[in-house]
Amino acid sequence: MIDDDRHLDGNAIGGLLQVLFGREMTHELGCCGNCGAVNPLGATVVYVDAPGSVIRCPACGSVLLVAVALPTGVRVSIESLRWIDLAEIGA
Amino acid sequence: MTFVSRGFKGRRQVEAAADRVPPGQYVTDDFPVLSAGPTPLILTENWRFTLITEANEELTWNWDEFQQLPHEQVTVDIHCVTKWSKLDTRWEGVSLDTLLAGVKTSARFALAYSHGGYTTNLPLADLTGGKAWVAFNYEGAPLRPEHGGPARLLVPHLYFWKSAKWVQGLRLMDQESPGFWESYGYHIYGDPWKEQRYAGD
Amino acid sequence: MERTAVRGRLSWLLADVVELIPETPRVKSIRLRVPGWTGHLPGQHVDLRLTAEDGYQAQRSYSIANPPEGENVTITVELVDNGEVSSYVHEELRVGDRIELRGPIGGYFVWEPARGGPLQLVGGGSGLVPLMAMARSLGGAAVPARMLVSARTQEDLIYRQELSRLPTEIPDLRVDYTLTRSQPDGWKGYARRVDRAMLGETTFDSGQNPQIFVCGPTGFVESVATILRELGHPPERIRTERFGPTGG
Ligand SMILES: Cc1cc2nc3c(=O)[nH]c(=O)nc-3n(C[C@H](O)[C@H](O)[C@H](O)COP(=O)(O)OP(=O)(O)OC[C@H]3O[C@@H](n4cnc5c(N)ncnc54)[C@H](O)[C@@H]3O)c2cc1C
Ligand SMILES: [Zn+2]
Repeated sequence: MIDDDRHLDGNAIGGLLQVLFGREMTHELGCCGNCGAVNPLGATVVYVDAPGSVIRCPACGSVLLVAVALPTGVRVSIESLRWIDLAEIGA
Repeated sequence: MTFVSRGFKGRRQVEAAADRVPPGQYVTDDFPVLSAGPTPLILTENWRFTLITEANEELTWNWDEFQQLPHEQVTVDIHCVTKWSKLDTRWEGVSLDTLLAGVKTSARFALAYSHGGYTTNLPLADLTGGKAWVAFNYEGAPLRPEHGGPARLLVPHLYFWKSAKWVQGLRLMDQESPGFWESYGYHIYGDPWKEQRYAGD
Repeated sequence: MERTAVRGRLSWLLADVVELIPETPRVKSIRLRVPGWTGHLPGQHVDLRLTAEDGYQAQRSYSIANPPEGENVTITVELVDNGEVSSYVHEELRVGDRIELRGPIGGYFVWEPARGGPLQLVGGGSGLVPLMAMARSLGGAAVPARMLVSARTQEDLIYRQELSRLPTEIPDLRVDYTLTRSQPDGWKGYARRVDRAMLGETTFDSGQNPQIFVCGPTGFVESVATILRELGHPPERIRTERFGPTGG
């Protein structure tokens, strides 16, 4: 990936993830649907200054999640996430 | 709801003449950088711009060929959906009229695509008639990478997300196909004067 | 791990501004009392939300500077030129005001004494804030800890007095400094941007397998994390918190 000074870490959208999943998520693992890299969600690459937040795989840059603040509320799109762990929770 | 932070007005202090600034916008002197992904560093020797017609015919310019096309200098106001507007920005680029002149098409829509995977859709009619450019100079200097350099689309009469940074080409289409932000709920057309920010506005 | 601090639903809370503490000419700490606060861990942050009369809202994240202490939450905010939220906090907010926030947020960029050491902290500018919450919670934990602090000038160094005192109270903590722009007479610390040689000299080496926390402006974090990887630290031991462009 290219060096730039714009992005943040997955921690920065920890609040949104917590609202979405009802629990702390930044220490949970997620697997990129494109390259298979496994990383804690807190270690993903996040762009928040666009018209919405874009969460990318730190290995290949694929879009994992997009969140857009619409007048009606937040719209979250789960793009290229093969899986997310919810540790200690039964299916 | 309805908690109000005492004394908070937001950044929107600078009031400008209503005929200059669309509703809901404030004027800024900065040029904020908005990115949905990493800034690609594209060398002009590797740069290409490609038009793909609805019949899948391709027309490609490299940087030198592109630079030999007639240049136009324009001074325009730009309006970002995140609510800032910037007045009297000076650009130099090649008009889309020039690029489309030799192209046989009956397509009504276009999808601009960029390095890094970004896309945005526009009616072809909004790209022609002296309304849109592929711009490579900003305020007299080469457009910087964080602002979309070497070249970006410039369609100032629509919200600025339509002015795709790092533009690689246009795909001409019979049917409208939503681009990146449009597919997540931003307005399919994006006229700032009608405040078409979101689908349904 | 203290489960209450990382579990549970997140809702907006109304905090009372209890005290405003100038840290440097451009940085202020805000002590808040947050009724309903469930406690936090060092490294976590809050989301602050401001609402204007007409409903317009702005939201930003701020790291928590204090170790867990009941309903008390302290944040430390650097003034950003034309910054929408930081300039409100600096120029408008007064003791007695209320401010909306949600938190604590984050379970990844978190350290507490139970996680052991060695603990390596590297902070630039206001990136010191969450690292300070970690250092402040070291107490008598007997965890070997090192901190490398980068600031533009001595005047810009936040928590300056406390930082110079901490290693005398916590013998296992060593603090190194670099001032990147200008240095006072007789300055004994470093006088340049953090580089490979400096990190080699001041930080635990990869053989000691430290847990590393790097925080600051995005460019700073980017370059420090890259060098630490080159120095042989495994990526999963390097946790980063980027604050955004420039500053620090
Ligand atoms: C997880 C997390 C924790 C954070 N913790 C802290 C903290 O403890 N203390 C703290 O002071 N900040 C912290 N920040 C940064 C903070 O969230 C804001 O980005 C910062 O205060 C600027 O907000 P603003 O509204 O004042 O500026 P904005 O109105 O957002 O920006 C104004 C201008 O400054 C530029 N800019 C944006 N961010 C910065 C920046 N960080 N430095 C310099 N220029 C910038 C913008 O591009 C814009 O041109 C944290 C960020 C994150 C993601
Ligand atoms: Zn990937």
